[in-house]
Amino acid sequence: MVFPVIAVTLFGRVLPTWTLSLATIAASNALVALGIVVLARTGNVSFGQGLFFAAGGYGVALIANNWGITDAVAQMLIGAICGGLLGLVIGPLIARYSGIFFGMLTLALSMVFYGALVKTTVLGGSDGFNVVRPSLFGISFVDPREADFMLYAVSVVTTGLTGIAATILFRSEFGLASLAARENNLRVEYLGISANRIITINFVIAAVFAGASGAFALMAQRHIDPQFAYWTTSGEFVFIAVLAGYQSASAVFVASLALELVRSFSNLYLPNTWQLVLGVFLLAVILFLPRGIGSLWIRERRKRAGVSAETSAAVEEGVPS
Amino acid sequence: MNPVLSVRGLEKRFGAVVAADALSIDIAAGQRVSLIGANGAGKTTFVNMVTGYLKPDSGSIALDGVDIGRRSPRSVVRLGISRSFQIPQLFIELTAAENLAVAVSGMHATTLSLHSPAETKGRRDKAIELLQRFGLANLADRPISELAGGVRKLIDIAMALVRRPKLLLLDEPTSGVSAEEKFATMDRVIHAVAPDAATIVFVEHDMEIVGRYADRVVAFYSGRILADGTPQDVLRDPEVRRYVTGGAR
Repeated sequence: MVFPVIAVTLFGRVLPTWTLSLATIAASNALVALGIVVLARTGNVSFGQGLFFAAGGYGVALIANNWGITDAVAQMLIGAICGGLLGLVIGPLIARYSGIFFGMLTLALSMVFYGALVKTTVLGGSDGFNVVRPSLFGISFVDPREADFMLYAVSVVTTGLTGIAATILFRSEFGLASLAARENNLRVEYLGISANRIITINFVIAAVFAGASGAFALMAQRHIDPQFAYWTTSGEFVFIAVLAGYQSASAVFVASLALELVRSFSNLYLPNTWQLVLGVFLLAVILFLPRGIGSLWIRERRKRAGVSAETSAAVEEGVPS
Repeated sequence: MNPVLSVRGLEKRFGAVVAADALSIDIAAGQRVSLIGANGAGKTTFVNMVTGYLKPDSGSIALDGVDIGRRSPRSVVRLGISRSFQIPQLFIELTAAENLAVAVSGMHATTLSLHSPAETKGRRDKAIELLQRFGLANLADRPISELAGGVRKLIDIAMALVRRPKLLLLDEPTSGVSAEEKFATMDRVIHAVAPDAATIVFVEHDMEIVGRYADRVVAFYSGRILADGTPQDVLRDPEVRRYVTGGAR
């Protein structure tokens, strides 16, 4: 699984500059959407991941401007920690709710945060503020192409490794219990497992991912403003998660990249109707792949597994296959 | 012998409806007790209170001398009471083996691993062993959504057995099973449950099942215990015949 991550990172060397920033944004957005998918496996959808996205971004921006920490890896880690800490505060409270209440609460919290940011003049109010270009391990990048590639590489490696970690999580004991909590909270409790704890842990993981993603978005734009916490930003992440489905981590990256490509090209060739194209794209995916893009290869894998199980059962019973 | 379960003066009201009216009962280890009664008599309310789903208005419930009356279902399960449900409570998108793997994980639920595979050989073996006891090993990799109601019922009971409970409560184990299959199903349940659950309490409407499998019967009526004794005595009790069985047997 590590090989594709290295290959995609090195592939950036031959990509045109404009695709580097597009891929960086796609990887960054995929990180938040992956968090939403992690959480969705418990049956809860957050419509307010912009909250943690903004917390990560603002946390990194303040630390960068006040303490001069500009290293891209350090900034990513700081963003993840800021998101995670906020998730730890909110998670245990919000885990008591489910379904639409859960979704609306997350949305409400993100909008409260947005409102506070707009009114906070020390953080630049609605205009936000700028940060300096990130460095890496003490190296400053003056050439914009090199700076873009550095950011692309760090974001792709981070999201790639996060995707591998998420895949391990999905297949783990905890991952299976998360799916169980999604289907039947009552039974989970009657098996001696705390459904609330499962939801809280998944919520914090999603917040960590969103915080790290906020750091990447900040590094890519070198500017932050309250829009990071706005509901349309959160909506976009949910959009990617819906496209991907909840069964595969890699699907999130494919969905995020597909969305960025559709948006970029439709914006270029159909500047007045690009939202329509985006809507039709989402409708097509929902219609033909109701379980998301990931169902394409998960279904195939299950089919193959089913065939091999039937074959082995036939062999055990002495039936020629 | 000290009772496994000791209930004293248990009361529960839902508005004007009295679901439990000063219930007192002791259940000794090894007993197979059937709870009978018409719909609304208070059997399931009793089971729900014993398993922590409902909190009693007053009274006490003790498992091996430990008060469990105010504990959560999770805590009650950890102390040694497991239950199955009238409508099987399973994870329908997961396979039978995965359902049981979650149950096996629940045995050490304070440390659910974030990286250890869900179906390790140990967990898989335990799941298959339990399914085998119910004659369902060949369905291990089938999603619950593809399985028939009777099979779901058995898997629901298998899930409750994972923890080797001191007390197992079965809510209508043969409901939804055809008349031809009910004895075979119950034989299978009793055979499968025997190695793990020393004490069984089952809610049942079918008096043939009660007469054949219970060694003690408790009849409920309007939240009270109407009769308590051997199946022969209780099922012949005039009040039980009048209010519960409607003249059956």
